[in-house]
Amino acid sequence: MNELALKELLYKIADDQLILGHRNSEWTGFGPLLEEDIAFSSMAQDKVGQSYAIYQMLNQLGEQEPDTVAFMRNANQFHNCQLVELPNGEYDFSLIRHFLYDTAEITRFDFLANSSYEPLAQLARKIKGELKYHTLHANTWIKKLGNATEESIGRLQGSLNKALPYALGIFEPSPLEQEIIASGFFAGEEVLKKQWMEKVELLLSQTQLNLPDWKTIQPVLGGRVGQHTEHLQPLLDEMSEVFRIDPSAEW
Amino acid sequence: MKFSKAEIFTLLEDVKDPEIPVLSLVDLGVITKVDIDGEAVHVEMTPTFVGCPALDFMKNEVLEKLKENGITQASVSISFKEPWSSDKISEKGKAALKQFGLAPPMPAHLFTDIEVMEHVPCPRCEGTDTELKNPFGPTLCRSIHYCHTCKEAFEQFKPVS
Repeated sequence: MNELALKELLYKIADDQLILGHRNSEWTGFGPLLEEDIAFSSMAQDKVGQSYAIYQMLNQLGEQEPDTVAFMRNANQFHNCQLVELPNGEYDFSLIRHFLYDTAEITRFDFLANSSYEPLAQLARKIKGELKYHTLHANTWIKKLGNATEESIGRLQGSLNKALPYALGIFEPSPLEQEIIASGFFAGEEVLKKQWMEKVELLLSQTQLNLPDWKTIQPVLGGRVGQHTEHLQPLLDEMSEVFRIDPSAEW
Repeated sequence: MKFSKAEIFTLLEDVKDPEIPVLSLVDLGVITKVDIDGEAVHVEMTPTFVGCPALDFMKNEVLEKLKENGITQASVSISFKEPWSSDKISEKGKAALKQFGLAPPMPAHLFTDIEVMEHVPCPRCEGTDTELKNPFGPTLCRSIHYCHTCKEAFEQFKPVS
């Protein structure tokens, strides 16, 4: 088994979940309405919990403890895509990111349910059932606000235009992409991107939002090889502030 | 070993969901396997939600229960081999949920869209003049609803496949 390729795959998935989970949790207490406050907080709990399960899997493959991996690395050691680390902005941006990312995520876990690495396939079968609530939530609100008022449509359109280059960065191929595909761990980013595009097109066609021609969007890459925006390190500093006071403390 | 597998399951019926004290872990469907090897008992559990923060607590409760009954070589592991779905809640478990005031989940395959949760029967009056308030609730496994007949809010144990 090509363990290096497997770990590479697991790290980027877990890092995406952890960082977006943390961003979602920043809505706790600040949601535009109570229901959305609870929704983003619940999705945060799901995503952080899912990242923990994948870090545990990495731990069984010889990597460090989940807490150490989550709290003791610096930004350049994280392999999340840049989309998930961007600040929440206003609700319209968080919602657009939630839709673009979670559509990719549920599709990714659909593929992973057939992974040749059985523990990952088992976990993916479980996670994809949970993610249904996330994508249904995103789709409901995008359809609602994407057909509502001039302001809601205008705001979502602005955020969509801003998020799309980063969203294409989700599919930045891993340095070990060929090994990952050849080992049957995952179908690969290209296949995932194709399905994601179809789903995004279909949902947006039910709104008054315009999807620019894919060819005109320049993907923002780098996240998968540890290159990040200036927003990731402050997020990590805040997330790990308490843990780093005493990394050996028993919680 | 003085216990059979079936007897271990019966013992574990005393261990309840920490947030739903009327529902045993066995009826919740999270105990997926019991193995007896000489004097050792091994229990396999699976979480309702991957991010369930009560899992470690439940794991310890299971160990405690086994030890209380004189089983010193007890171990519990977490597995996703047989993943949990809301269909794993037993009929007895569903009745307990309802009595506790939580609407039991509909069969998981019927959960195709948020709209199907619009008129969940109220666990108090059984009426369907209800409304979905939020598919996300106070814990990962619950949604929030409102009954127009009782004029009160209630929660549902969410369907998950």
